[in-house]
Amino acid sequence: MEGERRAPRARSCGLPAGGAPAPSPGVDAPVPGRSGPPALPRAEVLDLDEDEDDLEVFSKDASLMDMNSFSPMMPTSPLSMINQVKFEDEPDLKDLFITVDEPESHVTTIETFITYRIITKTSRGEFDSSEFEVRRRYQDFLWLKGKLEEAHPTLIIPPLPEKFIVKGMVERFNDDFIETRRKALHKFLNRIADHPTLTFNEDFKVFLTAQAWELSSHKKQGPGLLSRMGQTVRAVAMSMRGVKSRPEEFMEMNNFIEIFSQKINLIDKISQRIYKEEREYSDEMKEYGPIHVLWSASEEDLVDTLKGVASCIDKCCKATEKRMSGLSEALLPVVHEYVLYSEMLMGVMKRRDQIQAELDSKVEALTYKKADTDLLTEEIGKLEDKVECANNALKADWERWKHNMQNDIKSAFTDMAEENIHYYEQGFQHENRTRGLNEQKIKSGSGSCVPAISTLPFKTSTKKHAIPFFFFF
Amino acid sequence: MTENNFWLKKIEISVSEAEKRTGRNAMNMQETYTAYLIETRSVDHTDGQSVLTDSLWRRYSEFELLRNYLLVYYPHVVVPPLPEKRAEFVWHKLSADNMDPDFVERRRIGLENFLLRVASHPILCRDKIFYLFLTQEGNWKETVNETGFQLKADSRLKALNATFRVKNPDKRFTELKHYSDELQSVISHLLRVRARVADRLYGVYKVHGNYGRVFSEWSAIEKEMGDGLQSAGHHMDVYASSIDDILEDEEHYADQLKEYLFYAEALRAVCRKHELMQYDLEMAAQDLASKKQQCEELATGTVRTFSLKGMTTKLFGQETPEQREARIKVLEEQINEGEQQLKSKNLEGREFVKNAWADIERFKEQKNHDLKEALISYAVMQISMCKKGIQVWTNAKECFSKM
Repeated sequence: MEGERRAPRARSCGLPAGGAPAPSPGVDAPVPGRSGPPALPRAEVLDLDEDEDDLEVFSKDASLMDMNSFSPMMPTSPLSMINQVKFEDEPDLKDLFITVDEPESHVTTIETFITYRIITKTSRGEFDSSEFEVRRRYQDFLWLKGKLEEAHPTLIIPPLPEKFIVKGMVERFNDDFIETRRKALHKFLNRIADHPTLTFNEDFKVFLTAQAWELSSHKKQGPGLLSRMGQTVRAVAMSMRGVKSRPEEFMEMNNFIEIFSQKINLIDKISQRIYKEEREYSDEMKEYGPIHVLWSASEEDLVDTLKGVASCIDKCCKATEKRMSGLSEALLPVVHEYVLYSEMLMGVMKRRDQIQAELDSKVEALTYKKADTDLLTEEIGKLEDKVECANNALKADWERWKHNMQNDIKSAFTDMAEENIHYYEQGFQHENRTRGLNEQKIKSGSGSCVPAISTLPFKTSTKKHAIPFFFFF
Repeated sequence: MTENNFWLKKIEISVSEAEKRTGRNAMNMQETYTAYLIETRSVDHTDGQSVLTDSLWRRYSEFELLRNYLLVYYPHVVVPPLPEKRAEFVWHKLSADNMDPDFVERRRIGLENFLLRVASHPILCRDKIFYLFLTQEGNWKETVNETGFQLKADSRLKALNATFRVKNPDKRFTELKHYSDELQSVISHLLRVRARVADRLYGVYKVHGNYGRVFSEWSAIEKEMGDGLQSAGHHMDVYASSIDDILEDEEHYADQLKEYLFYAEALRAVCRKHELMQYDLEMAAQDLASKKQQCEELATGTVRTFSLKGMTTKLFGQETPEQREARIKVLEEQINEGEQQLKSKNLEGREFVKNAWADIERFKEQKNHDLKEALISYAVMQISMCKKGIQVWTNAKECFSKM
């Protein structure tokens, strides 16, 4: 498909043409030993010429900003998504486009809640129409997720944004919170739409198309709350036993999930912290610049220099704001989604274990109880099928999930790096301009009768200054 | 007084080393202090070779003594300031401890700068005590004290809060005093905020270092992403550690600003000296005028001014003509003296204003030149920081895009 391009070769080995000095020693030195033994040797990690030919690299071209349906940047209309690029594992043309927008507050006597408008455009036959518009609230999304988990216990269901954020959250309905949630809900539905199995789920279809009252009546069908609770209790009990007989590949998977979960949580914390530090830096800079302007009021000869420094600082401030917004748009939501995904994955593992445990318990029963062997054998047969199905579904979905995760993480961090490069390039230009302007002034200024003591003695005291020294005595 | 024998030589002065020492102080208690090695070299102007002529050790308190001496003997000179006694405007990573090696190093540079400034000052460089400071290790303290400069020092100058009601100050000095107040206030503010900015910047960079560790641990479980993560993590470490050098350079910039912060005080000292002189002059003139008036009254017999003598005369009886004559004579002597004093004070005052103003002009040019250079060097530092940032993030981006 158009749009999938290799990164230009030239950039992969060089430094930017901006006249950067020789690479710092760190670039060429081998990576120092790290704590924790990696599974594979990590030699020559900085050898940038080891380009894997079959690795498709998405080039960061501004015109393709909203490339994929997973991008929460703007609520692009479903129509514009038709021209989008897709991931490798989605060879079929997309025929389901969903947007989530227009949060609206509803006040009743009992409660206040927000609904979101969901627009669906589709060419699928099983849909009665080609366009649908409905309003849904968070509870509805929760219901949908529950149904999907029920129907596909070992598939990796996309995560929903949290119910509420515990710390620092005073008002449930502040604008930032709503916007973040809206973007996450948009992503949630699109991930389901892109999933080869989930996209055809009946409850999903109802969610996208039914009017409010239709949805309520649909929800009432299906197993009641109590029976579901009963299932949960049994499930927990069963899953404890399943862990012992988990096949090798699922042990590996579980190990991965545990470590991944730890790491992604840390990355989430680190990224949030960086945002906070950048915010505080920007706040201090806002005070820093104006002081120079204030100073220039009492210095005739330094007005231009001081004002130049002040304007540089202000521009740096703005660039920091942009850097921060890049972080909060590109990196933070992605990382956070994968934090939620990692919780999701643990749930999936548990459910798989539970299904296996059911089988195991029946097998155990068979070996001890001689009675009802026929019945048990039949049940075991069914359960074996069930386990095999569940395992295969999970395995396939796991590969798909890992692939997506890789791409998402890669593009999120690449974007962040790009933002940072841009930030420093801006700074470089501004400071260079200021220096240029002021150095001119020094050259053209009147020669001072001050002996040549430059302020540099402060920097390198090895510079000796010979001074004419008069001795009178 | 013209000196006939003087010789012009090029001299290099450096404060090349700092050493921790222990000794006993005036109260016979053990103390630790830092001593600084001052080396003086004379440079042969024909071949540029330098020869070590003097080398001795001094501690900070001796520098202070030298400066206090210069302040007393050259009140019309804007005397260069010493580097700060205690670390101020520190941001969290900087130590406020006087024995901290980084602080000692910056102080060493500051002391060298002080000596260079004195040596290049057209008036101060000729001072004998300064010369001895560089050349006579033992007994220097005693020599300075023998000059009796502490007695000469006007204690009123030290009373910073005292105001003198001066009726006719030289407007230029009043303006200069305002300027020095403004300079001090704005530079303090700037240094304070700069310290906070440095703190925040440090935080931004260092937190990125955490990515390095986590990426590395994560790379252990990843097959395809592992290499990219690992190498990107390395760049995050490089990024995080780059801030240390950047902020160390900025500290030098802060020291340059601090020098002018302290120079503001030196400026104010000159203004106060002028104020004091003017005050004394006005007081002397006032005193003279009142004495003259008393004299006149005694001579003519009219009493217009209130005086204790007048009151007592009224209470205890008129004085005799002899007594009155005696008093007039005393007053006339005092008036004579007073007129002489007023004349010399006037002359002194005018000399002071002329010399002080010449030095202030010299100082202004120096300040403009130095501050402009400092600000530009600050811009250069920022440029270098941006360049480093571009490099690191470009490398990191390469790694990310290969994951």
